[in-house]
Amino acid sequence: MAYLTLTHLEKSFGANKVVKDFSLDIAKGEFVSLLGPSGCGKTTVLRMVAGFEMPSSGTITFDGQDVMGLRPNQRKIGMVFQAYALFPNLTVAQNVAFGLKVAGVSAAEQQARVTEMLALIGLPDKGPSYPFQLSGGQQQRVALARALAVKPRVLLLDEPLSALDAKIRVSLRTEIREIQRRLGITTIFVTHDQEEALSMSDRVVVMNGGIAEQVATPFDIYNRPATAFVASFVGALSTLRAEVAGPGRVRFGGTEIAVSGALPASGPVTLALRPEAAHLGRVDGREVVLQGTIRDVHFMGSVIRIKAEVGEAMLSMDTFNRADTPPPPVGATAEISLSGRDLIVLGT
Amino acid sequence: MTATIHPARSRPRNLWSWITFGLAVAYFAVPLIGMFEFSLRKRRDVYSLDAYASVLNDPQFQSTFLFSVVMAIVTVIFGIALVLPAALWVRIRLPRLRPLIEFITLLPLVIPVIVIAFGYIRMFNTSSFLPMTGSAMSTNVLLSFGYVTLALPYMYRAIDNGLRTLDVQTLTEAAQSLGAGWMTILVRVMLPNVFSAVLSGAFLTFSIVLGEYVFAALLDRPAFGPYMVAIGGNQAYEPAALAVIAFAITWGCMVLIQLAERLAPHNRAKR
Repeated sequence: MAYLTLTHLEKSFGANKVVKDFSLDIAKGEFVSLLGPSGCGKTTVLRMVAGFEMPSSGTITFDGQDVMGLRPNQRKIGMVFQAYALFPNLTVAQNVAFGLKVAGVSAAEQQARVTEMLALIGLPDKGPSYPFQLSGGQQQRVALARALAVKPRVLLLDEPLSALDAKIRVSLRTEIREIQRRLGITTIFVTHDQEEALSMSDRVVVMNGGIAEQVATPFDIYNRPATAFVASFVGALSTLRAEVAGPGRVRFGGTEIAVSGALPASGPVTLALRPEAAHLGRVDGREVVLQGTIRDVHFMGSVIRIKAEVGEAMLSMDTFNRADTPPPPVGATAEISLSGRDLIVLGT
Repeated sequence: MTATIHPARSRPRNLWSWITFGLAVAYFAVPLIGMFEFSLRKRRDVYSLDAYASVLNDPQFQSTFLFSVVMAIVTVIFGIALVLPAALWVRIRLPRLRPLIEFITLLPLVIPVIVIAFGYIRMFNTSSFLPMTGSAMSTNVLLSFGYVTLALPYMYRAIDNGLRTLDVQTLTEAAQSLGAGWMTILVRVMLPNVFSAVLSGAFLTFSIVLGEYVFAALLDRPAFGPYMVAIGGNQAYEPAALAVIAFAITWGCMVLIQLAERLAPHNRAKR
């Protein structure tokens, strides 16, 4: 049973339609990410859920209640912003208590809740501090505590990690997910960072041009992209042009390969391959072996990404770094093996 | 590589800076000192505070000053209540209208006060649809409206500059997401964060109201401005003493602003 339902949402700013026929059901306690490039409409969808934007058409319900007529301060949401948005004149404790005070909660209850929330975010001693005395990561945790203190029906996270440095971002996303799981709060998370979306979410909505291109688990989004956009936006991939050779078979570089995706009856077809699905050298179980020339070698620490020219295509390969096996030099010829089941059919 | 300092070369530049600074100080200070010295000369051949005593003991001074202070406080409150929500609304919802609003708020600087005053009197006289000049109380209300109009350029700019230092949109949305309505946002979020800007606007308004003559005279109200003009016409030392008192009040306001800024908890903590 869906807890939060968005039905045929549309939003236009003048002649510019930024959200088109967007529908989504979110179960209670689910963590759903809206992932997409800038301008794809993900933040607009979030702001419509929050009540900061009125949809041009469509409906939004929380637990069966139509909230379209409710103002943002009546929707019982918790929201965390990219810019933290802590009130500079209030201490951390006063910030966390703000929503409780507005709701008329007793002082004793406020105090207890603030203590509980500060313990939850791991900043039990920061109550008397002012926001500017905290680091970015700490400020964002306080913002999360403030949003959670009022026990919202839905938690909305608007790119909360974007302003933080890489290391804090990784630790905080784990922390946010843990807190979300512990409280079982229904959450919508907006991000343009695929790694964040894939690592944190129960489901990911990949958006492009105002529409939801695919709604699926991170595993399916990555391994079974529904559209060419999803395949290209989520993760790295190489594209290959091949010819349909028959039902379930394509011809590439003089080799016939069996593929699992739906193919057109005949003619050219575009295939995609993840870098981790291509291997340098012959590998057991990889029925396709191609000849290529090494064009680029990127050393990334634990992984080395190698680009090889195969016919007209440029294939990327990720191999684990091993101290006793240096990568091949640029310009060397190499065999590349892959399996037809790893090829993703993108269309003609 | 090391940098070489040439003290001999920087000395003449410093000297010119000090000369310029000294001239500027003299430009402002000499007339003030002269005026203060003159205000002490009421008793022949000896400095005394007689002029000050004469002014402070004048019942008319007390009543007009009190009247103007009350009017200033009313004007400040009314001005903040009008300008803060308006400036906030323009920033959040009507950012495209900001140039127009700024232009409108500048009009009182362009249109002569006497024109505005006559406009008010014509619109709100006893034969108009809203006869505000019909009683002393309603005329006082009309006078405070006039003062708000005169102070609008300063009050709007002060508050708008204060709001510019904040991420108003996000703070408003954060407060709304926590259940706050507009009044709570204004009073608990915006006002404390633009308090020093509001105080600056309030101080300027206070100064304008205390010295304002045209509105008060044309509406025939017993304000401090007309009193200063009247006393200046028939006495010698008392106007100088009054001017010094007015300066002292102005400086006192500035000190209060500084104190308020320093004592604000989030500002104090920054230091």
